[in-house]
Amino acid sequence: MSSYDALSMPLNTARKAGLVACTHCARVWPGEQKTCPRCGSALASRDRHSLSRVWAWWWVGLICYIPANLFPMLQTTLLGKTSGDTIVGGAVLLAMHGAVPVALVILLASVCIPVAKFIAVAYLALSVQHNWPSDRLRRMRLYELVEFVGRWSMIDVFVVAVLSSLVQLSIVVSIKPGPAAVTFALAVVFTMLSARSFDSRLIWDSLDPDLVPDSPNDPAPAPSGAQKDSLP
Amino acid sequence: MPLPDDTDLSELIACPSCDALYRAVEPENGERAVCERCHHVLIAPVSRAITRVVALSLTVLMLLGTAMFLPFLKIEASGLTHSTSIVDAALSFSGVHMFGLALGVLSLIIFVPVARSLLLLFALLPLLAHRPPFQGARTAFRLSEELRPWSMAEIFVLGVGVALVKVADMARVELQAAFWLFAALVIVTVLQDGFLCRWSIWQALEGRGRHAPAADAEGEPKHV
Repeated sequence: MSSYDALSMPLNTARKAGLVACTHCARVWPGEQKTCPRCGSALASRDRHSLSRVWAWWWVGLICYIPANLFPMLQTTLLGKTSGDTIVGGAVLLAMHGAVPVALVILLASVCIPVAKFIAVAYLALSVQHNWPSDRLRRMRLYELVEFVGRWSMIDVFVVAVLSSLVQLSIVVSIKPGPAAVTFALAVVFTMLSARSFDSRLIWDSLDPDLVPDSPNDPAPAPSGAQKDSLP
Repeated sequence: MPLPDDTDLSELIACPSCDALYRAVEPENGERAVCERCHHVLIAPVSRAITRVVALSLTVLMLLGTAMFLPFLKIEASGLTHSTSIVDAALSFSGVHMFGLALGVLSLIIFVPVARSLLLLFALLPLLAHRPPFQGARTAFRLSEELRPWSMAEIFVLGVGVALVKVADMARVELQAAFWLFAALVIVTVLQDGFLCRWSIWQALEGRGRHAPAADAEGEPKHV
């Protein structure tokens, strides 16, 4: 890009310059600043607890996702007979009725995306913890994809909500939400929180020869450039 | 690589995704400044961005306010009819003792979008009138950005589409006014997010840059 210039070559980072960057508003402050004076969010050169929060939300999400697949999402009462449909069961039923594209959307949003998201977040966290030598730009793309796509899993909860409020035709047919709706919604929320807890700057540190020796848990070194605001 | 002592930190921008440090130079309207290393979009100014975001926030409020109470979908099968509103859809969970989920769904499709619009209006309206922002405007803007992923109106609309296919062979379904309002809401939200360049708005809230109240007096930011 020619519309802005990098401060120096090789690329400088806020951490190497002894500064701390605000991830909310992109403003840069001297390294010892604790909250961003511009937007008020907490500052950390690298979020020390990022990975433990990622794993905590990840496990809670996984624990919620298992019952979400075992219990019915929908309970259909047709002429007095009640049957329950799990996520996969409902999609199979749709496909058998000929609505293959819709069945695929459901399977993609409710099974493939959540499972892929669990794997992707775990991979990103492990790759940072163990300094795996995989391509950083590719990992960054993966992280952005996870953040973008994750919300769409909520679609199945909305489908259940619409169906069970719409299909209420007295005794002929009625649809009620099943217990899996709650655990599924929770699993989506927890995986979103897990992905959002991840500090993507760790990906870029993990292969940086200047930064690998000191772990991401160390505070930023105090360099000469940022000391004008600190006491001598 | 420490910087020289006389560096003005307010002229710098650090990529929120990868921490790369740049001297911020606002590109032309419609152009984007992208991080060299991780390709994250840093600055993407749009002309009259604040006016557009304010207008779209008002539109969101009006659409949601109307859509909430109008009938949404109507179903007809063997002589029986039943129509439902958006609030009914969310509250369907409370009928089977899932109050938390009912509240959650209601938040994701109504409360969060409304809250985002109100926060944006609070933060940006004074700038539109060329006045200094209200106290708390920055907190409001930060909150509205944090709420962004939790505003799920567009996902709800797709969910309605899937639900319609599911009942299509069971009954005849009619889309009613509120559905079209909600579909319009999706487009408005997408436009709103496209016009919203975080960096430019932060600069404006700080009294700098192109959109700031005092920008006419100070002129364009210096290019380095």
